[in-house]
Amino acid sequence: MAREAKKFSRPALVTHSDALPLDSALLLSMHGHMLRARCLEERLIAMYKQGHGYFWIGGPGEEAFNVPLGLLIKKGQGPAFDFLHFHYRQSATLLAMGEPTIGALRQMKNTATDPYSGGRNFAGHFSKREWNVAPVTSPIEVQYAMAPGTALAQKRLGGDAITIVTGGDAGTAEGDFASCLVWSSRPGQELPVLIVVTNNRWGISTPYGQVQGVQKISDRAVAFGIRAKTIDGNDPISSYLELKEAFEYVRTERKPYLVEANVSRLYGHSSASGANMTTAEADCLAQFEALLQRHGLLTAAKAKAMREEITEQLLAEARLVRDEPQPDPSTIFDHIYA
Amino acid sequence: MANMAQAIRMALHYAEENLGVTDIFGEDVGPPLGGVFTCTQGLKTTWNSPLDERGIIGMAMGLAMAGQRPVAEIQFCDYIYNTIDLLKLAGNTCWSSNGQWNLPLVVMTPVGSGIRGSLYHSHSFDATATHIPGWKIVMPSTPLDAYGLMLAACEEKNPVMFLKPKALLRIKGEELIPGEPGDDKQLSKAIDAPLGDRSAWKAQWPAVGKHVVRIGEAKTVRAGEHLTVVSYGRTLPLCAKAAATLAGEGISAEVIDLRTLWPYDWAAISASIKKTGKVLFVNEDTEVTNFGEHLLRRATEELFYELLAPPKLLAGKFLPGIGLADALEMASVPQQGDIETAMRALAAQAP
Repeated sequence: MAREAKKFSRPALVTHSDALPLDSALLLSMHGHMLRARCLEERLIAMYKQGHGYFWIGGPGEEAFNVPLGLLIKKGQGPAFDFLHFHYRQSATLLAMGEPTIGALRQMKNTATDPYSGGRNFAGHFSKREWNVAPVTSPIEVQYAMAPGTALAQKRLGGDAITIVTGGDAGTAEGDFASCLVWSSRPGQELPVLIVVTNNRWGISTPYGQVQGVQKISDRAVAFGIRAKTIDGNDPISSYLELKEAFEYVRTERKPYLVEANVSRLYGHSSASGANMTTAEADCLAQFEALLQRHGLLTAAKAKAMREEITEQLLAEARLVRDEPQPDPSTIFDHIYA
Repeated sequence: MANMAQAIRMALHYAEENLGVTDIFGEDVGPPLGGVFTCTQGLKTTWNSPLDERGIIGMAMGLAMAGQRPVAEIQFCDYIYNTIDLLKLAGNTCWSSNGQWNLPLVVMTPVGSGIRGSLYHSHSFDATATHIPGWKIVMPSTPLDAYGLMLAACEEKNPVMFLKPKALLRIKGEELIPGEPGDDKQLSKAIDAPLGDRSAWKAQWPAVGKHVVRIGEAKTVRAGEHLTVVSYGRTLPLCAKAAATLAGEGISAEVIDLRTLWPYDWAAISASIKKTGKVLFVNEDTEVTNFGEHLLRRATEELFYELLAPPKLLAGKFLPGIGLADALEMASVPQQGDIETAMRALAAQAP
């Protein structure tokens, strides 16, 4: 540790880090969240492969985009805070918002203690009302239909809270994506929605180019007069800056904005396709670590040590979760109604 | 007396003023039309939506999540089918989140035959709606019940599907809504939008009062001894009329208006069946996997030794649609004559 500290204090390297457009504390914080999110997904996959869960789906490969997204969210309950309609690749966003990792493990193991669904729903299907995280669902498009509703309540309330909806490129073929564009851009009644599409260019096994002719999904916003951008979602710095601009626009203008983020899908669609690491796609975490190293903000040894520490912590949490009770079958009728 | 459309309108007015309803919306729900059946004329929170049923249900869900209290309309239930996975989602949101979230929203939609509506203005939705857990489903057959059920729906913490029997929307009631003026012309002048330019028109609402029909409570509309008839919506008044006709033949039929399809009033149904030993369920949705089949199954399983005859279901024919011609519609869904015939046959059965 002493050696690390000494390295960080070298003036030449500080100069290098100044060349990056974000301050080092933020960069290192983003790296920490990205690394934790990656380790979490890898732990979830390991749990699935060891038989400690029936199904895995998640977001390894999207951390560079999802972490900045989480850092920019104004979290809290009710329409005075941001409303979040996420899809199932959003663990890095939740962690960046401050969510502990153990909840995701509990959901993977479908224990009674699962804080998101009480053992009822798949991994990655977060729900957290105290932060306005709407229940994540398996249909890949329905959240786009709901987002204008929370945004209308927020516009009515005044203030700067916005609605953020995320989904993948494949889901934009569904009508609900068009619904979101239509309902958030009614003339004179525009809604404060940040519409996000993470484009990994896959729909399970089907390549994007085989089934959709739109070159850039962000172009679809043009017809609705919605401001839009396609960004490099594998670059956390660019993602942070672009998202910051988009957030500010939606918060102040009270109008929609569409961000299409090109991202990687590093472990396939889900456990149904094996959940094995691919080297054919860019790894945003490895790229970011290399960048931080070039700028003297991180060393390979430090990154390795961090990864080992997080992995160890997740392993301990997984052991804990392993012994927690499954939901009691008598509870199946609980919460059909409020 | 108010008709059902006026009763729904007055209920929504009451709900806007007293129950926190924030949005009454859907296709042509706002001015100038105020709904294709006039159910939303003159209300202060109405607005016109894009022609997008999935967008309407999604909007209602989002509003409900963010603390608003929406009443959304699907213009005809014939057009609700493309929203079914959103309806499922609204129904499972509380359950899937282990009780974290609830969605206080109402979806209302006209259902059933009776206006010569052909294939896409005659559908029923009760069989499908009762396949979607997590919703409460109501269907009035009188203006006063429509008023009371709408107030109950707007007080609910959970999604409520309010099925409007379109054949009954223009039928006047026999009971006054609390605060309703007794003079129909006076009521119409006060709350029916005028023909022509309506831009300066405002409803003059009567001081309607609170009258809640609790969800889950059936109503015995006619007491009887020989058989029980359970129905709701359009076919309910036909059952009541049939019972009146059969009374002249010495057949005493008890008629129950279910009013809530889910959660339904099994106590009322079973008490009546125990009394009469015979039951006929009547509705107009297609008869295969019909909601009445569920009631029939339960009656058979739980009341087998109380029964004096096999329980019966009279429902719509299992057809792809209802044909436009009068003769086709009449032959497709139960009419008063069909109900009388079924009741007579059941009454004549002896163990």
